[in-house]
Amino acid sequence: MPIDQHVLPETDLIIPACHKEEEDEYEVVYHKPATLVDVNMHYCPGCAHSLVHKLIMEVVEELDIQEKTVGVAPVGCSVFAYDYMDIDMQEAAHGRACAVATGIKRLMPGKYVFTYQGDGDLAAIGIGETLHAINRGENILIVFMNNAVYGMTSGQMAPTTLPGMHTTTSPDGRDVSFYGAPIKVAELMANLPGSFYVTRQAVNSANAVRKTRKALVNAFKYQQLHKGTCLVEIIGNCPSNWKMTPVEAAKFIDEEMVKTFPLGDIKVPNAEDLKIF
Amino acid sequence: MSEFKLMKGNEAMAEAAIQAGCDAYFGYPITPQSEVLEYLAREMPKHNRIVMQAESEVASINMVYGAAGAGFRTMTSSSSPGISLMQEGISYIAGAELPCLIVNVNRAGPGLGTIQPGQGDYFQSTKGGGHGDYKMIVLAPASVQEMADFVFLGFDLADKYRNPVLMLSDGAIGQMMEKVQFKPYTRPEIDKSSWATTGKPKTRNRNYITSLHILPEKMEVHNLKLEEKFKKIRENEVRFEEINTADADYLFVAYGLSARICQKAMDIARQKGIRIGLLRPITLYPYPYQRLRELTAQVKMMLSVELNSGQMVEDVRLGVEGKVPVEFYGRMGGMMPTPEEIVHHLETLIQYHHAN
Ligand SMILES: Cc1ncc(C[n+]2csc(CCOP(=O)(O)OP(=O)(O)O)c2C)c(N)n1
Ligand code: SF4
Ligand SMILES: [Mg+2]
Repeated sequence: MPIDQHVLPETDLIIPACHKEEEDEYEVVYHKPATLVDVNMHYCPGCAHSLVHKLIMEVVEELDIQEKTVGVAPVGCSVFAYDYMDIDMQEAAHGRACAVATGIKRLMPGKYVFTYQGDGDLAAIGIGETLHAINRGENILIVFMNNAVYGMTSGQMAPTTLPGMHTTTSPDGRDVSFYGAPIKVAELMANLPGSFYVTRQAVNSANAVRKTRKALVNAFKYQQLHKGTCLVEIIGNCPSNWKMTPVEAAKFIDEEMVKTFPLGDIKVPNAEDLKIF
Repeated sequence: MSEFKLMKGNEAMAEAAIQAGCDAYFGYPITPQSEVLEYLAREMPKHNRIVMQAESEVASINMVYGAAGAGFRTMTSSSSPGISLMQEGISYIAGAELPCLIVNVNRAGPGLGTIQPGQGDYFQSTKGGGHGDYKMIVLAPASVQEMADFVFLGFDLADKYRNPVLMLSDGAIGQMMEKVQFKPYTRPEIDKSSWATTGKPKTRNRNYITSLHILPEKMEVHNLKLEEKFKKIRENEVRFEEINTADADYLFVAYGLSARICQKAMDIARQKGIRIGLLRPITLYPYPYQRLRELTAQVKMMLSVELNSGQMVEDVRLGVEGKVPVEFYGRMGGMMPTPEEIVHHLETLIQYHHAN
């Protein structure tokens, strides 16, 4: 019996193992982008961060802009983003990614500059830097990972925590009369004239991932126009701190999160602006 | 040699930044240094450089981080409350080993304090300020000329050591007008391609700027590397000025504005027959401990004069190691001691130590 065949115990059913020559006969329909570093990620199973890292790197590869891209990592679960993205990156202090990105982009206006930030990072400690960067219309892309909790510090309440949602610092559920309502970052920032493209997406289903990818492609491309800030808010799964299985977390987004954070484009460029594409 | 100009300290510093090839300045208005941002807002665009009024000092220092991390010659300036806000960012900059120049035009505090000059930020500047083990090279100008000169020096030292450099001036030197001359300067070519985030070509590995080393073993290696650098700085960059020390029985130790007042006090004391000299530290970090120790063989007493409650005097004592008495005289709250006041205090101390 050839050694690359396995025999299931107590049966005589022979299963052919994956065979090099055979594999080559298939068309490759999917591969990890070369811009994604080939190491194990530290994220929990079912976490949105790993998926969105991969999407961003796919877009960088597709647009062939690795040489022209500089990313800014936040303080949060994705603090190690630069271990996974094979591009030049800077690690910003908690909340300051948009200021750091401003420093980079103003000096290198020809580069594609993006920040990658959690909701604690962007919507709490860093909302000032974020709002001002967008108000100035910095030609950067902000990828905003909204998982409604502080993931890294183990599940405290965020400015985006849903009303009534249990977290380690809102053990009886978020009391809106005490802490206010969740901040709808995308809607808030879309009001600023400096924002050019604002959308809210998710990555909890194949369809959602496709839409997010499309949004990221557009947002990267729009930087060439020098017309303002692009904000892609992504509702991120955090099964660990939501105390759910990955499947339950994916469902929770469709059933609960979207009530507060409806998905879809909030501000889109007009056709005139997009003529060059 | 270029001609002399009459300029405010803050403006001389701003002009020097342009001549030093500063690519970008980020700042936020605060008295007594708003002239810097105003001057640069007017002049930088003429040189195709970036100048930006940030939304806060927190933002400006982080913009500095971004621009410096991309390999550009970058600076910010502020005054005490604003510099306090920058401390987190400065710690990150030091941790990530980014070269940049930060200027503090020190006003008196604590809190909102007053807009008058002070030297109360000595500890903050020299002993850390932000969190963690790091040091900045701290340059203390005592004239408008030095406010200009130390911009060139500061940028060069920052590049040489990949470390933030702080110029610690004060509201008086920042605001006063004196003659100043700009010496011809060529910005040295520095290859930053091994670390600056300019976009990763296929030909090299990715560059990333970070101060994060989560594994204790790695963090300590990074700490030790930084310590090695600070040791080199201590060995090579101590700067100070001595006046009338050759025959001195007593010594004033003072920096910046206090040193200028002490110079006048020294003249008065010498007319009275008191042989006193002045040691003016120019670098507050690294500090001239060694020279102070040497002088203990000669002088009977040292008097540290400061515009604070007694901060640098601790470093004088560290240098002197108890070999001679070290005294302190200071005013606070933006008040200036007169030279006569200092001499009076000096005479009292001499009598006291003579009697004991
Ligand atoms: C100045 C400062 N304050 C607090 C922290 C601690 N801290 C680290 S990450 C974090 C929150 C991260 O939450 P989020 O931005 O939502 O990112 P996530 O981990 O959920 O992706 C906090 C509070 C810090 N590092 N620095
Ligand atoms: S804690 Fe949440 S955000 Fe952080 S890695 Fe785990 S699932 Fe992802
Ligand atoms: Mg979060």
